[in-house]
Amino acid sequence: MRYRSQKVAYLFFATSMLLLSLQVIYGFIMGFAHIGYDNLHSVVPFNTARATHTNLLVVWLLSGFMGSAYYIIPEEAERELYSVKAAVVQWASLVVVSVTAIIGFHFNWWEGRKFLEIPRPLDYLVVVNVLLFVGNIGMTTFKGRRFTTTGLVLLSGLVSAALLYLPGMISFDSQVYDSYFRWWVVHLWVEGVWELIMGAILSFLLIKLTGVDREVIEKWLYVIVGLTFLSGILGTGHHYYWIGTPEYWKTIGGFFSALEPLAFLGMAIYGVTMARRGGKSPDNRVALLWTVGCGIMSFVGAGFLGFAHTLPQVNLYTHGTLVTAMHGHMAFWGAYAMLVLAMIAYALPEMTGRKLYRGWLPEWAFWISNIGMVGMTGAFAVAGISQVYLERRVGMDFLAVQEAISVHFVGLILAGSLFTVGIGMFIWNFIQYGTPNDEVLPTSGS
Amino acid sequence: MLSKSQARNFFVGFTVLFSGTFLALTVDSMRQVPARSNESALTDEAIAGKYLWESNNCMGCHTILGEGAYYAPELTKVVDRRGEAWIKLFLKDPEAMYPGRRKMTNYQFTDEQISQLVAFFSWIGKVDTNGFPAPPDLMVGAASAAVPGTPTALASAPEIVGQVCLGCHSVGGKGGNVGPALDGVALRRSPENLDTWLRDPAAMKPGTAMPQLNLDEPTRAALVSWLSTLH
Repeated sequence: MRYRSQKVAYLFFATSMLLLSLQVIYGFIMGFAHIGYDNLHSVVPFNTARATHTNLLVVWLLSGFMGSAYYIIPEEAERELYSVKAAVVQWASLVVVSVTAIIGFHFNWWEGRKFLEIPRPLDYLVVVNVLLFVGNIGMTTFKGRRFTTTGLVLLSGLVSAALLYLPGMISFDSQVYDSYFRWWVVHLWVEGVWELIMGAILSFLLIKLTGVDREVIEKWLYVIVGLTFLSGILGTGHHYYWIGTPEYWKTIGGFFSALEPLAFLGMAIYGVTMARRGGKSPDNRVALLWTVGCGIMSFVGAGFLGFAHTLPQVNLYTHGTLVTAMHGHMAFWGAYAMLVLAMIAYALPEMTGRKLYRGWLPEWAFWISNIGMVGMTGAFAVAGISQVYLERRVGMDFLAVQEAISVHFVGLILAGSLFTVGIGMFIWNFIQYGTPNDEVLPTSGS
Repeated sequence: MLSKSQARNFFVGFTVLFSGTFLALTVDSMRQVPARSNESALTDEAIAGKYLWESNNCMGCHTILGEGAYYAPELTKVVDRRGEAWIKLFLKDPEAMYPGRRKMTNYQFTDEQISQLVAFFSWIGKVDTNGFPAPPDLMVGAASAAVPGTPTALASAPEIVGQVCLGCHSVGGKGGNVGPALDGVALRRSPENLDTWLRDPAAMKPGTAMPQLNLDEPTRAALVSWLSTLH
């Protein structure tokens, strides 16, 4: 850490940790409901648990991205953050909006559109919040002493993500248009501009951790985000196969979706080769583990498993089944959750001056959570594929099939427990670090 | 070897090219959607149904057009599959139809709201979805071998039997297995007994899983006289 204002990132990282723990709890509520233990149904019905689970994910990832940006941008621009006060206000409003939204979900207050459940009045607060954030980051960049590719790609990813939130706020009477523009937010975020944010954060981490020349790393950053948009923009078409839009989306969506894994393959190769080329093994091996792991798991979860059910011939049967849950879990974990955890694993020792990355705890946190997630993905895969064959291809009744596959949710809960142990260890490590410390700042003149 | 500026041009070039293409295709799609989605049939009632669908976060359990959660059935073609009568009855008291099984919250919908939801489902069922959801393609032969054709008793049944009763009961091997099979019910129950039962099942047998259907007089009379033919 070189600038005092970078410390503000800690607030966002701590919020991420808290919301992640809550997300896991709501995941268990749904897992148990699937095997018939729905004792909480009258208090937390499934739709509440589901909206809470996914929205907590989105908020803790965004909080992680924001924290990362507040940490990275001053270092890239070589100056203090434009306004630390604004950053703290923005953090507080983010917490207020998300807590209000989550509580509202428990009282049937929502918009009921998948992933965009936050009710309309709160949407406006989100806009204000994001403007404050983007303004602060943007001013820091433009007043900075240095413009780097990493900083600019990160900034453009964040600005585009903010702009793409807007189509989701238009209301339509027809479900077809509603769905069409809802994907502008959801798809163009996770398979578009979020990948800019991901590429930029990976690039920052690789520069710091491997010591490979910045020019080389940033050149490949352009190639990767180029591949993202080359495939991801028209890849939106895979959401337009069956919603009442023209048939040509099957061809266009199918073709460009098939190219989407390339960007994630790029991320994986990027991480592995740069780590190798670095030669020297960094002190903070755990941060490099999460960084390279993020590249690899994003390729498996988002790239490979996404491709597995994106072709229209396959998707006709798998669309709207648990197969989507299989892909979704590992994709978000690999691409975005691990990215935030990588950034935290890198930034915490820098901010606190404590080198708690050595020892068994942080390393085992990585392996146990990843093995848990692989197990969960496997359980969803078996449940989802069985559902596709029994319900969609043989024509059995929905509920009869759900009861037949409920045993796989026992497996899901077991794997989820292992995952939770890993996350618990990560969070324990986070707490051990304590809060940021001004003593790590370089003394003036050095 | 690729230089950094070439890499940047690759990124900027493809982003501009494909964003433009995407916007052009969006314009064309918007042109075609009104006809494909039967927009002229999108009544105020159906729009009110969509609002109910959203304000209760139905997508938090169900899917529609394949989008939503995977805890409850896909509903795009629900009117084709279940019929309006069954849906209306179900929404009055969801748990009554599936006693002891996966639960749906009872939203205490009024009759008007239920009609709005049915209007929404009827509209969306007619959207051209390029064939989604696909009809089951395996075991088609096997299923028809098990129950050859429509059991003759069903040929003369009132409409409500297919729409509602068979959700739980079976006749000639066709239908559900939640309640007892109705074959030979006329041997076990008199018409008067059946009539009293259908008026209020719980009065006759407290705690029964059979819901009170609130059928109107002619429907119940037709149902009783048909049940009385099942020897």
